[in-house]
Amino acid sequence: MTGHAHAQDPNVAHHFENADQQYQSAKLGMWVFLATEILFFGGLFCAYAVYRANHPEIFVFGHHFLDKSLGALNTVILICSSFTIAWAVRAAQLKQIRLLKVLLALTLACAAGFLSVKYVEYSHKWKHGLLWASRYSPEAHHGEQRDHAEETGAESAASGETTESSPEAVQEGLERSKIAPAASGPAGLAVADERPGEEIVAEPKNAQVYFSIYFLLTGLHGIHVLGGMGAMAWLLSLARRGAFDTGHFTKVDMVALYWHLVDLIWIYLFLLLYLID
Amino acid sequence: MMDLQIASNLLSALPEGTEPSMWMPPRVSTVAHHVDWLFNFILAVSVFFFLLIVVLMVLFVIRYRRREGHQAEDSPSHNMALELTWSLIPLALVVVIFFFGFKGFLDMTTSPANAYEILVDGQKWNWSFTYPNGYVDSNLHAPVQRPVRLVMTSADVIHSLYVPAFRIKSDLVPGRYSKAWFEATEPGQYELFCAEYCGTSHSDMIAQVIVHPPGEFEKWLEQASNFLETMTPVEAGFKLYQVRGCQQCHSVDGSAKTGPTLLGIFGHTQALADGGSIVADENYIRESILEPAARVVAGYEPVMPTYQGRIKDEEITAIIEYLKSLSGTE
Amino acid sequence: MAVATPALAGTDTTDNQTPKNYLNASRGLLSWFFTLDHKRIGVMYLIAILSSFFLGGVFALLLRTELLTPAQTIMDADTYNKMFTLHGAVMIFLFIIPGIPATLGNFVLPLMLGAKDVALPRLNLASFWLWMIGAVFAVSSIVVGAVDTGWTFYTPYSTTTGTAVISMTLGAFILGFSSIFTGLNFIVTIHKMRPEGMTWFRMPLFLWGIYSTAIIQVLATPVLGITLLLLVAERTLGVGIFDPALGGDPVLYQHFFWFYSHPAVYIMILPAMAIMSELMSVFSGKHIFGYRFIAWSSVAIALLSFLVWGHHMFTSGQAGITNMIFSALTFSVAIPSAVKVFNWVATMYKGSIRLATPMLYALSFLFLFSIGGLTGLFLGALSTDVHLHDTYFVVAHFHYVMFGGTVIAFLGGLHYWWPKMFGRMYSERWGSIAALLVFVGFNLTFFSQFVMGSQGMPRRYFNYVDRFTSYHQISTIGSYVLGLGFFVIAGYLLHSLVRGDRAPANPWGGATLEWETSSPPPPHNFDCEFRAGDPYDLDDLRYDPEIKGHVRRDPESIRLHPKGAQQ
Repeated sequence: MTGHAHAQDPNVAHHFENADQQYQSAKLGMWVFLATEILFFGGLFCAYAVYRANHPEIFVFGHHFLDKSLGALNTVILICSSFTIAWAVRAAQLKQIRLLKVLLALTLACAAGFLSVKYVEYSHKWKHGLLWASRYSPEAHHGEQRDHAEETGAESAASGETTESSPEAVQEGLERSKIAPAASGPAGLAVADERPGEEIVAEPKNAQVYFSIYFLLTGLHGIHVLGGMGAMAWLLSLARRGAFDTGHFTKVDMVALYWHLVDLIWIYLFLLLYLID
Repeated sequence: MMDLQIASNLLSALPEGTEPSMWMPPRVSTVAHHVDWLFNFILAVSVFFFLLIVVLMVLFVIRYRRREGHQAEDSPSHNMALELTWSLIPLALVVVIFFFGFKGFLDMTTSPANAYEILVDGQKWNWSFTYPNGYVDSNLHAPVQRPVRLVMTSADVIHSLYVPAFRIKSDLVPGRYSKAWFEATEPGQYELFCAEYCGTSHSDMIAQVIVHPPGEFEKWLEQASNFLETMTPVEAGFKLYQVRGCQQCHSVDGSAKTGPTLLGIFGHTQALADGGSIVADENYIRESILEPAARVVAGYEPVMPTYQGRIKDEEITAIIEYLKSLSGTE
Repeated sequence: MAVATPALAGTDTTDNQTPKNYLNASRGLLSWFFTLDHKRIGVMYLIAILSSFFLGGVFALLLRTELLTPAQTIMDADTYNKMFTLHGAVMIFLFIIPGIPATLGNFVLPLMLGAKDVALPRLNLASFWLWMIGAVFAVSSIVVGAVDTGWTFYTPYSTTTGTAVISMTLGAFILGFSSIFTGLNFIVTIHKMRPEGMTWFRMPLFLWGIYSTAIIQVLATPVLGITLLLLVAERTLGVGIFDPALGGDPVLYQHFFWFYSHPAVYIMILPAMAIMSELMSVFSGKHIFGYRFIAWSSVAIALLSFLVWGHHMFTSGQAGITNMIFSALTFSVAIPSAVKVFNWVATMYKGSIRLATPMLYALSFLFLFSIGGLTGLFLGALSTDVHLHDTYFVVAHFHYVMFGGTVIAFLGGLHYWWPKMFGRMYSERWGSIAALLVFVGFNLTFFSQFVMGSQGMPRRYFNYVDRFTSYHQISTIGSYVLGLGFFVIAGYLLHSLVRGDRAPANPWGGATLEWETSSPPPPHNFDCEFRAGDPYDLDDLRYDPEIKGHVRRDPESIRLHPKGAQQ
């Protein structure tokens, strides 16, 4: 690899003529990769759309079991992380290595926060048997939920989440601390504009398909978040080793582009899964 | 358009009548000419272009092959007019082909309102044709010169009903009904294939289309429908064994197929897949027909579809009598 | 490469005059497994892909043997069903989709650009190893019981059958990403690494073809990925999107599948057309006729390919209007293909045609692809398709396009660039004999399938009715001739590695940049940069009988500031 005109710049691979060609190549490659990612998720969105067009009632029923406020919280977290990583690119360009490390760490923390919230949501559904089709077994609490809702009426029935958690909260004190804070707040607010009792719809046939789609979409997105976290950890270790001291910011820029897409896809997921009707 | 049709008829020299040609099986439905006409038209177009390409290719190779004293000569490396010509002529041709293909397709898929309706069920790996009076047969019987509409669905995977002589094909999709229709022009017996791959015995999922001469279809149907009354239970059971799809998977000669043989099972103990065993009595036979997966014989997969709601009690009784006869315990 | 390298290395050491090239630059298997050199990756791909072709070919011969008689011949129905699935899956996912781009494309594309490598060499290596992992998954399905769904994995059959669908689909899923990475790499390389003077319309048409292919690889393959993932989820988690019992739609799977797999057909044929444009020009000793029409037709095919998938479902019960639209769009793809064929024929006009082995394959292609393409008209027209769908007519059409088109062009390209890849010439006499055997064997095998198809013989049939017996027997005999042809090819190509004459830099007289470097090329391809001219201007070249190759009249005319002393 010696004897080439640009051998003096260690950041430029031997087969490129100059740093700009290398940067432009990486950037185009990343954009094309993002296009494949969009089509990849696009397939799932398409499956979602077809199934929802055929069976809208399943989605209306299912979405009551998702916690809008947790979803919104995650949306905010990801938007913040998009901001921090965009700023990190700027820092890398300006060779502000210290700031770069801080911002990468913040982004990583946001990603971890996102997954933690997701964990809370998942474990909640796990406990209630609200899983994908072959593991879907919500009978145990469905009956309770209905009974309970009839008893307590307005207080608990406002959103699916509340009707979900309330009977549990009554039955198991331990669980209360884990779920109640997230659920009770918006439930209290929601009563005002949603008529109580209306939410208690009979479970439509094949309701489990909603949860299958929910887990497929959020799971696939979660894997992408994990991948992004790996990439950011890699950037951090590169930064520690001084890889960005020369103002070579291509790698940060690429990870940032990827992260923005992960963020964007989540916004769509939030709209499509949580904010139905 | 009329000219075109006449021209193509001349071109393809379409044989009159129902005789099979090198390319096509006999033609015995009223819509078959849509297919054959267009097939021959495209064939003529294809042969023309194929010969044009190959003859030019061979001529050029002979005329311009590299040899002593021969050199490439100058010629233009593009010619807009020429290239547009050989873009636009094929374009015009495919528009014509598309148009007639679509026109024929509409006729082939739009059934007349007064058509005689037969329900078709596909399941691995047999056909059931249900006639308006409720009689079920494994072959498709039809009157000649009368439109017949097939309303079709599948009990398991996708199948496809294909009668080459009628030039019809339509998929049977589980969970929905599809339709096809035909009007046979000649009495006779024709093949009906499953054209969509459906597993082990896909290639044995063949039925016969029997087109009856005028007036004889009704007679056949009346006679066939009364088989429970006119036959002994054993005979009726044997007929059911043949026409309701049992024989695709169960032999009566002792050999194992997809399912266990029916020879000598009645009254004998069967080892079950779950480790237990059971004596194959009337109730077990009945359960195996209505709930096949409940107690599966050891060594076999639970692949048999249920006959719940598709078979009458008298028919089950007849089958049981037939199985008894196979075990000599009648 | 386990076969190829030691042989080459052996001869090279005895000859001290052999200059350093990419084959002998470093030694040991690891220097290959972790190489970033596009040429070595291309060669590794070539070995892997030809092995898959061999495997798929053995399956094909066994299938044809089984079909000698109407009932059971050498295997039972389940084995037959598994074997045609394996034949299809191996040939399509392992061999023909990656085939030309990953082997010849990888090797030639940077050379044609006068570049030192593809833009993203690590991604290139990753693509190769993903291919290997995918291949292990796909082939391991044989060990765990094989798959009996057909390569299309139609639901609900694929979600209910008891066979190893998951390992096969995961294999295809991984292979899809291998394909995406290759395509992505080529898009970036062509966009960003063209030499001075090589504007878009001065690119060799091979690059246009590969570029159009790459667009499809990148845009269609992700949809296959998610489709197969959904299929796996359907089997393992019981999701229900394709399951009518759960309110799903089995035909939706077909839409998803063909949204990828129809464009995938053009992933297979476009690179073959790309090779054809090179061969027709070089071996006719003429400038390619109608460069722009050929270039645009590649792009047009790539884009139109996304709009025609519904023609696989004319009999699946989709709405008449949908069928009409898809039929019309399908015919639109016929035009650019026809344009290419006419332009290739016109290229021969007033040329000086050399019937070397690559040209024999090019002429075979014209013959066979014309049949393949024209029989597509029967299947695109709605009324005739109803009769022909899912019969041997489709099987024959598909093989005429994919085998008569892609494989034949692949062979042509392989023979064309073989001297460049390995620095050796093969026997022209054996090359011609094999080309003839392949041509005759192919037509025997597949032409009779057109006739039995239109006579009503359904595909994927283990048993068949007696009246088709003679057609099947002709077909089987043809397949043996075809197999013999490939046996001969393997023989003389392997022989050439050891005993072949040394190849000159430019044995055929091509004007594209890959012929400007030695055969085989040095590790970094070129010792200078280029100002590219017209890639089909053959007048600058003359034949030098002393080196048995072609040289430029003025070698400096296209070179830019040659770099000083090279080792």
